[in-house]
Amino acid sequence: MSGTAGTNGNPKTSDVRIGVFICHCGSNIAGYLDCEALTRYAATLPGVVYARNNLYTCSEAGIGEIQKAIGEHKLTRVVVASCSPRTHQPLFKSACAQAGLNPYLFEMVNIRNQCSWVHMRERETGTQKAMDLVRMGVAKATFLEAQEDIISSLVRRALVIGGGVAGLSATEALADMGMEVFLVEKQAALGGLVKSLYRLAPSGESAADLVNGLIELVTSKPKVKVFLESEVTHVGGVVGNYEITIKDARGSESKELVGTIIVATGAVPFKPEGLFGYNGENVITLFELEERLAKGVVEAWNIVFIQCVGARNEQRGYCSRICCVTAAKNALYLKEQNPDAHINVLYRDIQTYGTENEKMLWDSKGKGVRYDVYDAKRPPVVRDGVVKFYQPLMGEARELPYDLVVLSTPLTPPADVPSLSRLMRIPVDQHNFFLEAHAKLRPLDFASDGIFLCGTARYPATVGEARAQGLGAASRSGTILFKDKLINSPLVAAIDDKTCVGCQGCLGVCPYSAIEYVAETGVCRVSTILCKGCGNCASTCPSSSVKLKGFTPKQMLSQIRAMAG
Amino acid sequence: MLAYSEVEKVEGDVGDFRVTVRKKARYVDEGKCTGCGACAEKCPTVVSDAYNMGFANAKAIYRYFAQGIPSTYTIDAKACRQLGQGKKCGVCARICQAGAIDHKQEDQILEMSVGAVILATGYELFDARRIPEYGYGRIPNVVTALEFERFLSASGPTDGHVYRPSDLKARNALPEMEKAVQKAARDLEKYEQRFSRTSDDFMAQFERESLEGDDYVKWAAQVKEHRSLAAGLAKAKEVVEKMHGAHRIAFIQCVGSRDIRFNRHCSVFCCMHAIKEAMIAREHDKEAEVYILGMDIRAVGKGSEEYRVRGAKEVGLRYIRTRVAEVTEEADRTPVIWYEDTKERIVKKIPLDLVVLSTGCEPSPATKPLAGLFGLEVNDFGFFKTKASSPVDTTRPGVFVCGCAQAPMDIPESVAQASSAAARAAQVLSGSEPMRLASCKEIG
Repeated sequence: MSGTAGTNGNPKTSDVRIGVFICHCGSNIAGYLDCEALTRYAATLPGVVYARNNLYTCSEAGIGEIQKAIGEHKLTRVVVASCSPRTHQPLFKSACAQAGLNPYLFEMVNIRNQCSWVHMRERETGTQKAMDLVRMGVAKATFLEAQEDIISSLVRRALVIGGGVAGLSATEALADMGMEVFLVEKQAALGGLVKSLYRLAPSGESAADLVNGLIELVTSKPKVKVFLESEVTHVGGVVGNYEITIKDARGSESKELVGTIIVATGAVPFKPEGLFGYNGENVITLFELEERLAKGVVEAWNIVFIQCVGARNEQRGYCSRICCVTAAKNALYLKEQNPDAHINVLYRDIQTYGTENEKMLWDSKGKGVRYDVYDAKRPPVVRDGVVKFYQPLMGEARELPYDLVVLSTPLTPPADVPSLSRLMRIPVDQHNFFLEAHAKLRPLDFASDGIFLCGTARYPATVGEARAQGLGAASRSGTILFKDKLINSPLVAAIDDKTCVGCQGCLGVCPYSAIEYVAETGVCRVSTILCKGCGNCASTCPSSSVKLKGFTPKQMLSQIRAMAG
Repeated sequence: MLAYSEVEKVEGDVGDFRVTVRKKARYVDEGKCTGCGACAEKCPTVVSDAYNMGFANAKAIYRYFAQGIPSTYTIDAKACRQLGQGKKCGVCARICQAGAIDHKQEDQILEMSVGAVILATGYELFDARRIPEYGYGRIPNVVTALEFERFLSASGPTDGHVYRPSDLKARNALPEMEKAVQKAARDLEKYEQRFSRTSDDFMAQFERESLEGDDYVKWAAQVKEHRSLAAGLAKAKEVVEKMHGAHRIAFIQCVGSRDIRFNRHCSVFCCMHAIKEAMIAREHDKEAEVYILGMDIRAVGKGSEEYRVRGAKEVGLRYIRTRVAEVTEEADRTPVIWYEDTKERIVKKIPLDLVVLSTGCEPSPATKPLAGLFGLEVNDFGFFKTKASSPVDTTRPGVFVCGCAQAPMDIPESVAQASSAAARAAQVLSGSEPMRLASCKEIG
């Protein structure tokens, strides 16, 4: 890992030779602002030795102009006034680098989205504002410092925590991509929840066959090392080089280095103690029914399923996604075993989403399974061999005699989620399911680089969904492990240990846990790889000991002073 | 990246596919176009804007939407004066400072060798016209959820304001109507000058005494024309003056889904987008009354159920368990929905400003031809066939599928599946084919 380079203090006037490039963006800017006047103005600003305007600065010709000027006018700073840095800054930075100028000596001013587009009918004041913006950009550029990208090495090895269908799928895919994998399972055997299930919908394939096939596949791969009855007890380090400790049943510890971590720790079915007469004998859970089906024939003539037991309520406000599907599937299998069995499903909303799931609802209805809606405010009552419920469609109370009641309870996060969350510094949601980086666009990522998520640790999922997510997490992990080296932005925070008093105020505001307190020296320290350059610490530090590179007080103040004119 | 392109031929097998792709002519050079939009500004040919569901106009040289990638413009050859109608035009070529317009550009045929293929060809929305009792296409104030999304968008055709489409149509028609009235008035002026009397004065006499002569008959016809146009304009103005945001909005769920006549499957995403759109409609208009009418509200994704509950508790969304029977229309263009409330066992109706149809997810029209090209099976629902234990493997080794090409699913599920398909492709490309081949064959 190499450090960052840069100069402190004011640059010598002779060192500052700024080139300013004003972009017309076709008519997007030039149609509304006086770009000629803007260019003439830019040339008068302190430090500016060259200014010109282009039709499109981002075009090949425009880039050529910048590179030529860097050489001919010995530019030490480049300012481009054009569009949004979000889209075009990387292009201009790399153009500077190609011409031999450190890319961090480049500054961008947005005179399109933030000026010409919002002042389309105010040519004069719009141009005046663009002059202000360019003056501010030039002022900041004066104090820019050269920086070097932070380059770090990585190990091509992954840790997968959890040996259920999601974890096994992730392991399989990673191993096939040529990565070494440590697969850590808390239980004495791989397979997770699925190994206790009966058959998979809709194909009817045996759950045991699927999971045993996967276990065989994974354990036969030489790159996979399985740790059974083991737990991860320590996670340190950063992406590419996570230092982990795995502790097995005998208490022996092994310390390893991995590049990425996949969290596939699963979920457990909720046990409805004290609800709806649950006794584990003739009032059982959906999961217990699966276990019975897997062992053989379930002898019952009158079966009542009750959905949403312990879910979609005050304690657990979520819908467990898979219970309606599982109930419909098992109702079908029970009918297959005994076509004359009376099966009733009492539900609130029947959640057989999608294609095959909805088909199971239709098919089970076709086989004579009855579905009745109940209102959460008037839940069914299980007592003395009878389920009593109110049928709103007919407006009447009804009674169903039973010899088996199946309670569909939700999947819940295992008890050790909070400790895992602390161990890896990864967040959980209000129900203790692990929380992904973005609900829609990054469902398998954590906000922390190099840690990924899949399966029911994220949220209840079917076997197919858990498998897809496991493969997906492997792919996300691969986006890091396939790299030769990791490149991080050098625009990160740095703490001056001469002035830091060790108050640790910055620790609390850092969303990435990138700062640690070093007891020996009594000061705080930033991990340059974990830091994302948000600046929370810099604006919080009471002794102004934290500086964010690229946004130092000197740079920001010069910009603000320039704004004031 | 090849946008605006289609696969035409596939040869070979896993690890060594040879794919022929037609890159369709845009008539704009991708390397030169900077996406500035000057061409579209000056193009004289106005067409309906497909992105805004026809509620706004676009030009014959267009970009499907502002953030589209690549940002290159494309000429709609059929609509273009020069390409489609053989007229002289070339305005775009003259205005383009980058010299990117190329009316002579032709389709390109590209061949490529690939080891694995991922199909992410998406889905098609159900055409609501197929359910005549909901009135879509006949009752103007019945719209689809995607049209409603455009209304809600700040950059959409109504700048984020939700109005009744019938009112919008009336408002948009006003300038033309005003022009017609002015023209009719100018025609009258000619007669008035010629005969030195006002049209009203003349008309009074004409009706009293039935004046003879061609000019008088023509003048009288002209007066009647003007009066009728003016009356029409006054009425339209009255409608526009009374125009207000759509306060009463109902979403009808399962339009084309879970319906034995069309698609038996559930389209997964419609319950949640209805709730989302309802919430946004309430953000825009705190007075809005919003109803969601469906058989089951399928809030099965992470955070979905909590969102559904919040909709009812915090913004007063009303969920009604039913299947809507019919939408009718009153004289003032008010749509009325008819349904049986299954919790109260009463047939009810609600007059509304706007009815939004949550149209379902159907297999893309590209699915069947692609299945033919690649030799893949489709399932009973018309989507690419997979198996629960290999959710992104099609029936052919080395060809994978993700997202709504496989089954209806929401965004996070699609994104997760996309990563799975990438992982499967990586497994194949990393040289573990023999093993994969074995497992793929099992499926077939």
